[in-house]
Amino acid sequence: MDLKWNEFIITGDPLILGAQISILLGSIAVVAALTYFKKWTWLWKEWLTSVDHKKLGIMYILSALLMLFRGGIDGLMIRTQLAKPGMEFLDPQHYNEVFSTHGVIMILFMAMPFLIGLINYVVPLQIGARDVAFPYLNNLSFWTFFVGMALFNISFIIGGSPDAGWTAYTPLATNEFSPGPGQNYYLLAIQIAGIGTLMTGINFFVTILKMRTKGMTLMKMSMFTWTTLITMLIIIFAFPVLTVALALQTFDRLFGSVIFTLQGDGNPMLWVNLFWVWGHPEVYIVILPAFGIFSEIISTFARKQLFAYKAMVVSIVTISVLSFLVWVHHFFTMGNSAEANSFFSITTMAISIPTGVKIFNWLFTMYRGRITFTTPMLWALAFIPNFVIGGVTGVMLAMAAADYQYHNTYFLVSHFHYVLISGTVFACFAGLIYWYPKMFGHKLNEKIGKWAFWIFIIGFNVCFFPQYFLGLDGMPRRISTYTEADGWTGLNFISTIGAFMMGLAFLIFVVNIVYSWRFSPREKTGDAWGLGRNLEWATSSSIPPHYNFAVLPEVTGLDPYWDMKEKGLDQQKNVDYKPIHMPNNAATPIIMSVIMGAAAFGLVFHWYWIGIIGGIGIFITMIARSFDYNDGYYVSVEEIKETEAKANK
Amino acid sequence: MSQQTKKGHFPWKHIIGFLISIALTLVAFATALWTDWSSSTIFIIILIFAVIQAALQLVMFMHMTEGEDGGLISGNTLFGFFIAVVIIVGTYWLMTSGHMHMGM
Repeated sequence: MDLKWNEFIITGDPLILGAQISILLGSIAVVAALTYFKKWTWLWKEWLTSVDHKKLGIMYILSALLMLFRGGIDGLMIRTQLAKPGMEFLDPQHYNEVFSTHGVIMILFMAMPFLIGLINYVVPLQIGARDVAFPYLNNLSFWTFFVGMALFNISFIIGGSPDAGWTAYTPLATNEFSPGPGQNYYLLAIQIAGIGTLMTGINFFVTILKMRTKGMTLMKMSMFTWTTLITMLIIIFAFPVLTVALALQTFDRLFGSVIFTLQGDGNPMLWVNLFWVWGHPEVYIVILPAFGIFSEIISTFARKQLFAYKAMVVSIVTISVLSFLVWVHHFFTMGNSAEANSFFSITTMAISIPTGVKIFNWLFTMYRGRITFTTPMLWALAFIPNFVIGGVTGVMLAMAAADYQYHNTYFLVSHFHYVLISGTVFACFAGLIYWYPKMFGHKLNEKIGKWAFWIFIIGFNVCFFPQYFLGLDGMPRRISTYTEADGWTGLNFISTIGAFMMGLAFLIFVVNIVYSWRFSPREKTGDAWGLGRNLEWATSSSIPPHYNFAVLPEVTGLDPYWDMKEKGLDQQKNVDYKPIHMPNNAATPIIMSVIMGAAAFGLVFHWYWIGIIGGIGIFITMIARSFDYNDGYYVSVEEIKETEAKANK
Repeated sequence: MSQQTKKGHFPWKHIIGFLISIALTLVAFATALWTDWSSSTIFIIILIFAVIQAALQLVMFMHMTEGEDGGLISGNTLFGFFIAVVIIVGTYWLMTSGHMHMGM
């Protein structure tokens, strides 16, 4: 690929120039601060090479918040462009790039890492384990995700962003219609991040099956652990399909194969099919952990055991099977046979049954409970009606014949924002606020938190509810502008106001983090809310010591920590400690991932020599790893005693 | 079965599995060599025997169903098999039916 420098670095757009300058200044500031305060060793030893699931969880969540900011800015740019007819804020090419990156970032680099971060932090604690089954792999998962994310994000300043939508449908995404490096960024960045997700899937699946503490049978696990287990099962079976599909399209674009092209014997529809074979299970990958988080919060603040625990488990297992049987509903209009559309229409409607069961279970959990209206509980309460609106419109879309009307309109856009925001994003906020004292030793300020909550949910409804009507009025998605005569002006303007309200709420949320860091009282016990039911609250100090539990707790039933409190037991106190075996830090994952990123960056621009050198580099790090006889270390009894004494002050 | 082998009894399970495997191989071989059926029929028959034999080997020789994780491993394998069939059959169905297929 012959590129001139002014094509390599994107120039000529004031918005992008601003971003370039702020990224440059930001990077210099971070490097300077780390050097000035002599924090490089600290950063490397305590964070970057750490295999501690708690630290990896926090790093995941920080990255996700950063991406929520980036994806949110993209969203606000889209809404600004659509606020009035004939706006000239973004040109059509730039608009295409912005909605494409908005989708990819929000799903793959915001929702997934946010949930995986919470899972990383909480699930090992909830099953009474000291770390995950494969701590080294956990660090590698994070770094492959991080490098994939970084690679995807530099596309808009170097070379140009992907512009074929987050679905990257062929033939639009082929070399013929999307020349330039943008789509290559999409393929390679998601490929690298996808490897990390697949490893996370295997890691947590094994962790939950093999590392539960004594007495915790499968049917005594917390609901969040259950949903995580099933999510990981879906990841293990769905992500390989994405890997293969991305690899095939990469072959098309880099090596001139004709798998999804219009030339030769290529079949562009095969990409659409394979994308959604992964894409629909992916939807459940980001919603099931959210269901788990809401289950925890609702049962905690209603002070009741989760209603119909077994029905909950059965419904998530059913969802895991059905999630693989519905993918065609994303392309009913592609020209499938009537039989195929009918089949997938019925399976799609069927999946709303287990979901409905869960909604009723949450309602019955709250029935006659003594509810405390904390911020996480407010998010959980707001989730139920908003998610139902999204679900009901989903069933409308599931009817293949009616879908010909709704397809690719703002009705659809509104539907998936209703399920993904009120499902996943509300859960991310709720989960972060709920487990915040566990991570940082203090709560987020409730008053500011409630302001953020109310502005966000009002803004969310103001933004997306009008879009149902825009869709029914015929406004297609992904158009960069419209005319006065279309009659969409009023509703679009209202929608934009809502979007900026959500942006404001996010800012308040960030202010809350800073405010609470300075002024919130520090927690003294492990059970910050005083109502904890599961083992993550059973740790001796508010932030768990790096080995989590001095003595592994024993479990006899559901809600084990609630049980211990009622019986007046503290399993962490007055016991004989034994040395604890813990894994060592690992430096190869970050090195390997950075090499992967560099190799992929070379391939994006068809600089194959960089790809080849990078490939060799990856193998060298793998060989280095296989000769690594590091068996971990033991935490001495003295150190445990010291830590526990400090915690129990 | 597994208890019998542990006690040092004659390994009936392995013998039976071995004999069935040989029988399946011979039948597949015979189908290919001595019938004049169309090649697609022969292919399907061989494929079916191959799947049966693979399952047989997993259960009889590789102890998939035994041990504390036996049920789990079998369940996951079956689920994986189910997903693979759904993806392949579903994709084939969609790519060969409907008006998207016309003119291609």
